[in-house]
Amino acid sequence: MSEQQEKKQAFELHPTPMLDHLESGPWPSFIKGFKETVTRTEKTMVRGVLDQLNYSYETKMGYWKGGVVGVHGYGAGVISRYSMISDQFPEATEFHTMRVQPAPGLHYSAKALREVCDIWEKYGSGLMSMHGQTGNLQLQGVKAENVQALFDELNQRGWDLGGAGATVRTGASCVGPARCEQACYDTLGTHGKVLSYYADLTHRPQLPYKAKFKFSGCPNDCTNSIQRADYAVIGTWKDDMQVDTAEVENFIDKKGIDYVVNNVISRCPTQAITLKGKQLEIDNRNCVRCMHCLNVMPKALSPGKERGITLLVGGKGHLKVGNMLGSVMVPFMKMETEEDIDAFIELIDKMIDYWSENGLDHERIGETIERVGVQEFLDAVGLEANIDMVAHPRDNPFFKADLTHSPEEAA
Amino acid sequence: MSERPMAPRDQGAPDYTQYLHPLMAKNYGKWDYHERLRPGVLVHVAESGDKLFTVRAGSPRTMSADTVRKVCDIADKYCEGFVRFTTRANIEFLLGDESQLDGLINTVEQDLGWPVGGTGPSVSNIAHTQGWLHCNLPGTDAAGSVKAMMDDLIEEFKSESFPNRVHLSTSCCQINCASHGDISVIVQHHHPPRINHDNMQICELPKVVAICPAAAIRPAVVNGHESVEVVQEKCMYCGACHGQCPSMEIRDANTDTLSIWVGGKMSNARSAPTFMKLAVWGIPNNPPRWPEVSAAIRRILTAYKEGGKDWERLGEWIERIGWQRFFEKTGFPFTKYHIDDSPEALSNLNRSAMVRL
Ligand code: SF4
Ligand code: SF4
Ligand code: SF4
Ligand code: SF4
Repeated sequence: MSEQQEKKQAFELHPTPMLDHLESGPWPSFIKGFKETVTRTEKTMVRGVLDQLNYSYETKMGYWKGGVVGVHGYGAGVISRYSMISDQFPEATEFHTMRVQPAPGLHYSAKALREVCDIWEKYGSGLMSMHGQTGNLQLQGVKAENVQALFDELNQRGWDLGGAGATVRTGASCVGPARCEQACYDTLGTHGKVLSYYADLTHRPQLPYKAKFKFSGCPNDCTNSIQRADYAVIGTWKDDMQVDTAEVENFIDKKGIDYVVNNVISRCPTQAITLKGKQLEIDNRNCVRCMHCLNVMPKALSPGKERGITLLVGGKGHLKVGNMLGSVMVPFMKMETEEDIDAFIELIDKMIDYWSENGLDHERIGETIERVGVQEFLDAVGLEANIDMVAHPRDNPFFKADLTHSPEEAA
Repeated sequence: MSERPMAPRDQGAPDYTQYLHPLMAKNYGKWDYHERLRPGVLVHVAESGDKLFTVRAGSPRTMSADTVRKVCDIADKYCEGFVRFTTRANIEFLLGDESQLDGLINTVEQDLGWPVGGTGPSVSNIAHTQGWLHCNLPGTDAAGSVKAMMDDLIEEFKSESFPNRVHLSTSCCQINCASHGDISVIVQHHHPPRINHDNMQICELPKVVAICPAAAIRPAVVNGHESVEVVQEKCMYCGACHGQCPSMEIRDANTDTLSIWVGGKMSNARSAPTFMKLAVWGIPNNPPRWPEVSAAIRRILTAYKEGGKDWERLGEWIERIGWQRFFEKTGFPFTKYHIDDSPEALSNLNRSAMVRL
């Protein structure tokens, strides 16, 4: 055998009969990309990972375990994976992931993305997940010995690591003012500033557990923030929504009155819309900013001009005491100037401080608030009770009212 | 001490302004309205009159550097060198020149091989997690099951034929990284964790005791070693302990199954956001193509497409017709396990005389 033939043989793919089933069918196949990578780059790690994945498919079991891999100066951002069966798949021994924070809104230039690809293939597998559930650009498949050099080169180009474990996690923001007419504040700019401010807490675990920020430009909440974020920052407006009367008439002419009655007016959750001839009369005081009518009639209806955000706190997944939706802590605050963002950060600082001091291990802030009680939390962070914080006043008669705060005395 | 010359730059997320398409930068915050030209294609019109066309396509999410380079080639050729992604693993190519729209769509579909769609009332790309490819906890694969499901649903991605959009998600353990969707697939375990007592000394015992939501773990001395034991009656097979401690293996290839949950909604439109609810449990975890999952999802989608009114999300449709009709129309059995009987869940009971007979 010539030397060349030998080399070729050494880099052949091993049989992966289970994974081959995922190459057929019309949806793009991630397996194809893996195989291309092996044959083009001769990276044995990727071949080993394919082999182990195929074995997972055969045995219906996962074979990765964690460890500790990181970069100097940071305590988070690299997710280490060692094979539990490296005797069987030595090529898959190490397969660590580097979490990289993308730009807010997941925008890229081809130039920057190419640079990332080249650096990444130099030090690692070349496989990337775009994006992880929290919103990281995930570079999947690097050995511990290359982690520092990979990070240094990316860091010099302006990229930074995302969070992991008990840190502020990588943020998420909707496309917002970059392309969406519904955006009520600068989701991308706010995301950038807030996450830069919390960079230390992102990289060095010092919190009870994770803390997530998500920035949605309007209550359509395209980043899923109420369900998933400890701090859901959602755009809204305070004054009347803007109505383009000519476009309302156009819409009614085009879609017909039945459509408007059945799909706009009767769908408003607070019955805030009345049909008046060929116009809509909106009871703005009763509009709860649900976005439905604006979604159906984006040409005719727009958010008002006095814009800002609603802050909901405490959203989280099931671990450990059950799913929680975030709940309103600030019904409205401005988010236009540097001072507005500073005021927002000042408030969040108070919340994070309180939680850091009072939260139990693995407790998200929503769970801490539930455990200590909302009243105690509001007092601690200096927020006044506001009726928009609740769906309705209490129906439980057992409470300890402090008489100095009786409504009569206040009057 | 360290050979490292520089300290890391704590810079956070990179500046987005350098990555915006020029039309986005120019019309930032000044968009007037948008329209869907066809499935997968949007046009946003700015107050200035500028038009920005978006071609959305489904990606495999985990890709090779060469695939990403192909994406870059397309961005260079059509999109002034810019591209963006969505939170559901779709890609968006942005275009200023309408005359190039067909060329761009063709290139994405033919050269890249990615389907154009996922806008409006369609089935979007599936939000998913790591699975056997990378996570330390998975009972199933993520990318593979998504590939198999989307092979089946691709026509629903490429058309806009539902009452409203359908978000799907899959998670390979009950931590549920992929979160709530109109339809979600989640792994379910059916036994308490098996403890590897010999390996136990590597863990911090208080942590794994504290993580258990059912308070089922307590310290114990086993074979002369400090270890833990699980009170079997209390354990609800959630696997939280496994996430904390690899010696508490919750997965079981023979018995792990998949469950399907419906009616999660994140938007505030019309009704408040909701969590998904259990529809079907006990579906076999059947790689490499999980046909039973695709069949069950198809049943739910068919019923929703037939019965939902315009703009009604899947959960809103069920709320209107009632859960009884949902089980009737999909043919799935309602069992005693659909009743959440944990102490904090009694609000799930029907405390009115309103029943659908
Ligand atoms: S959350 Fe609102 S502003 Fe943001 S992209 Fe969605 S609809 Fe647009
Ligand atoms: S935004 Fe929602 S609540 Fe407000 S008027 Fe429109 S449909 Fe009604
Ligand atoms: S859902 Fe569970 S198994 Fe899947 S990636 Fe998330 S933590 Fe890992
Ligand atoms: S599986 Fe869940 S309930 Fe059972 S012991 Fe582990 S953490 Fe506790």
